[in-house]
Amino acid sequence: MINNMSNTGMQAGEMVVDNLVKTYGTDILTKVVLDDCSFVLERSKLTVLVGPSGCGKSTIINVLAGYEKPTSGRVLLDGEQISGPGPDRLVVFQETALFPWMTTFENVAYGPEVRKEMKGKELRDAVMHLLELVGLEDFRDKYPTQLSGGMQRRTELVRAMINHPKVMFMDEPFRGLDAMTRSLMQEYYVRLFEEHRGTNLFITSELEEGIFLADRLVILTNQPCRVKKIMNVDLPRPRDFSVMGSSEYLNIKREALELLHEEAMKSFASGAVNAADFLEAYSHMGEDQAKPRSHV
Amino acid sequence: MHDNATSPSHGEGLAPVENDFIRILKKRASSVAFWRGIASIVAFTLFWEFCARFHVPVIGNVPAPSEVLASLAVQIKLAYYWLSWADSMIRIFTGFIIAQIIGVPLGLFLGANNKARETLFPIFEIMRPVPPLAWVPVSVIFWPSAEMSMIFVTFLGAFFTVVLNIVEGITSIDIRYIRAAYSLGSTKRDIFWRVLLPASLPSVVVGMTVGMGITWAVVVAAEMIATNTGLGFLTWRGYVAGEYPIIVVGMMSIGLAGYLSSALIRYVGAKFTPWLKTR
Repeated sequence: MINNMSNTGMQAGEMVVDNLVKTYGTDILTKVVLDDCSFVLERSKLTVLVGPSGCGKSTIINVLAGYEKPTSGRVLLDGEQISGPGPDRLVVFQETALFPWMTTFENVAYGPEVRKEMKGKELRDAVMHLLELVGLEDFRDKYPTQLSGGMQRRTELVRAMINHPKVMFMDEPFRGLDAMTRSLMQEYYVRLFEEHRGTNLFITSELEEGIFLADRLVILTNQPCRVKKIMNVDLPRPRDFSVMGSSEYLNIKREALELLHEEAMKSFASGAVNAADFLEAYSHMGEDQAKPRSHV
Repeated sequence: MHDNATSPSHGEGLAPVENDFIRILKKRASSVAFWRGIASIVAFTLFWEFCARFHVPVIGNVPAPSEVLASLAVQIKLAYYWLSWADSMIRIFTGFIIAQIIGVPLGLFLGANNKARETLFPIFEIMRPVPPLAWVPVSVIFWPSAEMSMIFVTFLGAFFTVVLNIVEGITSIDIRYIRAAYSLGSTKRDIFWRVLLPASLPSVVVGMTVGMGITWAVVVAAEMIATNTGLGFLTWRGYVAGEYPIIVVGMMSIGLAGYLSSALIRYVGAKFTPWLKTR
């Protein structure tokens, strides 16, 4: 399904996040959102940040993408400190951030066009190549509202990919999709990643999704957001949903759930909605191990 | 916007539009809802005729539809009637277009520039609640001719609505669009022309449609007060001269004129915002 990727050539970068602190408010009334977060986005690896809803995951992406300045700490991309947003670090946003007034084609062409890197036939070919890759060549002249949720996410993926970013940030990209589309997109995305081997940062509040996708799993604490633990996920690639029944997967899930349980309790006490999901998953853990739930 | 090689939307004559129009008419005519609407209008007219013929209190004072139609048949042969249309239309569109020429760029500027908005917007907040009609006496004093003062009042009616809608449209743009555009390498110029402007277009169209409605309300009243031409005056003259059927002819003409102007705005607006039309 996905072949001929060579000329979409992604150059994978390495990103170092060093003692990141982000606070909001004034001296008198300060809210610490990120507290001393350090982790590395290794070259060609898929790093997943998982933590309860509202723990500050999106703030990490906002800082890494350059939309917000950190209060202190450094963010380095291939050894250089980042300054502001740029096409070397692209975000696939929650829900969709495709420009509603542009067609699929125009959305994908936007980046190279404003940077004046390609035009005319070269640009058209590059865009169509990527649209074919994700099976959307017949939808080139449709507006985002005319696409299904899954199509919108695929368009957004190629809108980023055409710019050859060194790092891609996925900010809960599959949130809001129905369960079926969601699992299809997970499978699709994991395959795209395995072909490309770009450096990816994926944010989610769903542990199962996180483990299924990850090379490295960063578990975050809640309010303020700290790194609780970094786990390596050595499940074999290429991956499909059958790994979710393997004992390695379940061991990782068990360990992660124990860590997250504590955070979920805190989150629950402070009123976050998703915490309830974690607590429920935690209480079902025994059954899970006896009889692995089939996905979808 | 570009790359129209394969899309068939440009450079064709009126034929496809006409076909569309006929197709829509046919579709309407075949729906029960359409005929129910027609039946209701016919019933209303019959009821009205009945009331007028039998001098039912209050409503019986209104001229009967048959009288109105007879009066209309006379009116449409008179140059004066069509001059009234022309005069009102010219006032409306002059005021309206000036309001767009000044209002759209000003709205975009205020929307895109925080400092300018913080400085100038309070003035708008103070002026806005004043109904445009309350400006009539002042503008008659200000402007050398009645014509200019009416155009000015018409202008005001559309101006505030348009500016406020654009500012509202721009300030409520989803921040993610702007962030995505910056990430993809946009300059400030790109952001303005390719994000802020198209993102605010739906608000511009809404502002224009609402503004057009206000404009008609204003011009009709202004014509009754300040001049002796136009559809508003035609209606008023009917009252003063005791020719009551003309009042109704005037009212209906104003309604029709207002509807046509709004339809024109909606049509042009839809052309500029094709993404709002799903499928």
